[in-house]
Amino acid sequence: MSLLEVSGLRISYGGSSVVDGVDFAVANGESVGVVGESGSGKSQTALALLGLLPADAVVEGSVEFDGQQIIGAPEEKLNKLRGTRIAMIFQDPMQALNPYLRVGRQLSEVLRQHQLAEGQQARKTVLEMLTRVGLSDAERQYRAYPHELSGGMRQRVMIASALITGPDLLIADEPTTALDVTVQAQILDLLEELRDDTALLLITHDLGIVAGRCERLLVFEGGQLVESGATTSLFAAPRHEHTRKLLEAAPRVDVGKTLAPAADKSILSVEDVAVQYRSNRGEKLDAVTSVSLSLREGETLAIVGESGSGKSSLVRGLLGLVPMSSGKLVFAGEALSGPVQKRTLQELKSLQLVFQDPVSALNPQMTVGKIVAEPLEVHAKGISASERESRALKMLSKVGLDKALSDRYSHQLSGGQAQRVAIARALILEPKVLVCDEAVAALDGSARERVLDVIKSAQAETGLSVIFISHDLGVVRSVSHRVAVMYLGRLVEIAENGVLFATPRHPYTRALLASIPVADPRAKIVRAPLQGEVPSALEPPAGCVFHTRCPFVDDACKASAPELRDVAGSRVACLRAGQIQNATEKPPSELPSAHR
Amino acid sequence: MLRYTLLRLLGAIPTLLLVIVLAFLMVHAAPGGPFDSERALPPEVAEDIEKHYRLDEPLPQQLLRYMSGLLQGDLGPSYRYRDYTVSELIASGFPLSLQIGALAMGLALIVGVGAGTLAAQRKNTLVDRIVMGFAMTGISIPVFVVAPVLVLLVAVKLHWLPAGWSGSPGFAKYVLPVITLALPQIAYIARLTRASMIDVLSRDYIRTAYAQGLGTKAIIRVHALKPAMLPVLSYMGPAVAAVLTGSVVIEEVFGIPGLGQFFVRGALNRDYTLVLGIVIFYATLIVLLNLIVDILYGVIDPRVRQR
Repeated sequence: MSLLEVSGLRISYGGSSVVDGVDFAVANGESVGVVGESGSGKSQTALALLGLLPADAVVEGSVEFDGQQIIGAPEEKLNKLRGTRIAMIFQDPMQALNPYLRVGRQLSEVLRQHQLAEGQQARKTVLEMLTRVGLSDAERQYRAYPHELSGGMRQRVMIASALITGPDLLIADEPTTALDVTVQAQILDLLEELRDDTALLLITHDLGIVAGRCERLLVFEGGQLVESGATTSLFAAPRHEHTRKLLEAAPRVDVGKTLAPAADKSILSVEDVAVQYRSNRGEKLDAVTSVSLSLREGETLAIVGESGSGKSSLVRGLLGLVPMSSGKLVFAGEALSGPVQKRTLQELKSLQLVFQDPVSALNPQMTVGKIVAEPLEVHAKGISASERESRALKMLSKVGLDKALSDRYSHQLSGGQAQRVAIARALILEPKVLVCDEAVAALDGSARERVLDVIKSAQAETGLSVIFISHDLGVVRSVSHRVAVMYLGRLVEIAENGVLFATPRHPYTRALLASIPVADPRAKIVRAPLQGEVPSALEPPAGCVFHTRCPFVDDACKASAPELRDVAGSRVACLRAGQIQNATEKPPSELPSAHR
Repeated sequence: MLRYTLLRLLGAIPTLLLVIVLAFLMVHAAPGGPFDSERALPPEVAEDIEKHYRLDEPLPQQLLRYMSGLLQGDLGPSYRYRDYTVSELIASGFPLSLQIGALAMGLALIVGVGAGTLAAQRKNTLVDRIVMGFAMTGISIPVFVVAPVLVLLVAVKLHWLPAGWSGSPGFAKYVLPVITLALPQIAYIARLTRASMIDVLSRDYIRTAYAQGLGTKAIIRVHALKPAMLPVLSYMGPAVAAVLTGSVVIEEVFGIPGLGQFFVRGALNRDYTLVLGIVIFYATLIVLLNLIVDILYGVIDPRVRQR
């Protein structure tokens, strides 16, 4: 008999259904992946399994866990199952942990409520669990508040709180979406290592995550389960149209065509730029340390790195949105002043920006047509209102949006449509450089592809140069000519797209590439190549800033900071870059355990 | 923390200075003086008294003299209660006002938070509507209406409780004034608690707690109460001050010899130093209360503590 049996599950709010007749089962100890785009009903289904849907949800059908009906069960009965036999991990551990309670209290309360342990016994069990999820100084983490932990550590705490009772079924809803890619790899490893015979229901939009880790897959679309089957056969021969689409849209770093390099003529260059912030307590934080690079005409330069790498601070600096503490900018052969207030209209017009979250980047009180036409009021004063409007309409059709949308407001648009409006607003000024700061990070597969197509076709048509900031190397692989990799405010490697993905020279780049789950069940799963997380920029490590996590570290790395130098077609800031291509990596246990 | 407290106290000095100057000018701007009575004094006597209390000096000079006294902790002599200094009068009246105020605030917190939490849990049900209905009534009806009505009903008609203060035995005489004073506070706190509790209960970490199998009671006690109390805490600074000053009316109605009575009499009699002294006392109290609230904020919210 199955551990979990779902049949005819239907969830609706005020008459409109979000999950519409779903049947599936999970056996003891099985790992099942649930994939689909946002709004496909996968998270709603997961919440229904625990009886956690809001009061206004109408739930029909049957969810049986170990023979017990969940739907309509009284709260006391559910509370005996929740946390003990079925546990759940949520997407964003910052939101999912209580910021007002110490970590130890949040975990021991679970034991206390289920009468598994109290007092010193509970404390001991919690400390053991914290150690098991890889938190080195368990005593200290026990006393910590969630905001004192890094994102990865928080998710480890979440996992500890879910597994501390030894549940039969673990539901993980996008457990790594809010994390950096090297940390994601660690968390996925940890889940696999700790779950033993606990059945796993892993919900994700990322096919790479489930490809190597789940035995079976359930594919959701529009509230329905459109396909299910063994992972290998589903990847090899998808039967449903939507599964095929999802597979095609999955970005891959292991395959891809290389764009022809752009002409070597610099449009914008950044020389020795540094950006420094002051914390509330007056401590100096070096967000960007002495970065030099140049953007060529008509190319897309990707800047990649994990959170805290300084990639956003760098472009904010070059756009004049934050003050640079040193360095200079050259645009089209002439010096460009730092602060945005000091720039000429012509300069402002030439550099345009697209943000990550399109909905908050658009004024909710303005129609789409007004939003797109607005920049012309400043930059093309001579033209009439009707001329502005017709240019805006033209721009909308260029980004693939229907003219009818011009009377809509931003909340009436999908995420992808809103982002194309933001791009239209930037492109209407015919800029020379477009800066996209995580512009597709908030979008699902097909919407993401269409936004990328819009950027690519604008580039082909007008010779636009693009700075493309992203944490997603799969996307970077498909859109960029060159790739710059940043770590802790430094540029560690920059190379042509094909060169960087084929032969990454810096150990951090290698680890970054190896961390990305490949959407192919036949590909070998690589265990997390890096331990720990990015150190604080308030106290960057001495010498090479990467040395605390580097598998190839030697004494010289701890003593002196490497400069960028040419290594076989790449520019790399690593003392050992030439030697490590064939070197064996030290196992993580030999690494200095900086902070885990 | 110590540094923060000191900085805040330093920052309060300009506020207090402004309060002192304004209060001083307003008291003196009011028509009449401390020694005017129905029968006018002979001019030479009035002149003598004015000279004695230095009321004949120009106003700025009087202000300076008063301020220099303040620096030495001297609030001056009362003009009407001869032989008493203002400090002595405050010391005799304030303990009783504080007692009644503290009892009322304690009652308001317990009932208000309880009712607000209940209403939040039963959002949009009959229970919620009844609680919120009572709260709205409590806010709308002023103390000077509630107090006499309660006295008439409970004390005069039903004889359950004493109506006045002097001569009534023991604890019974506290009941009506404390309840009257607490009512509007109960109403405010219940509304605040309900709103913030509803907000907190919709957070992801509450969903996590449900997923961990904690029942609603445990969730409210362990996870929700602390964050839901933050808005109530912010309100406590002004509320405690309001309860202490609100007792002016209560003390008059119930005949309680607290600070409020001195304040009212002082104002009616143009007892300049007494009114000023009490205003400054209250202002200092409010500044201190707000500081305590801010410090408590850090105790509840660990993220504030770091800043």
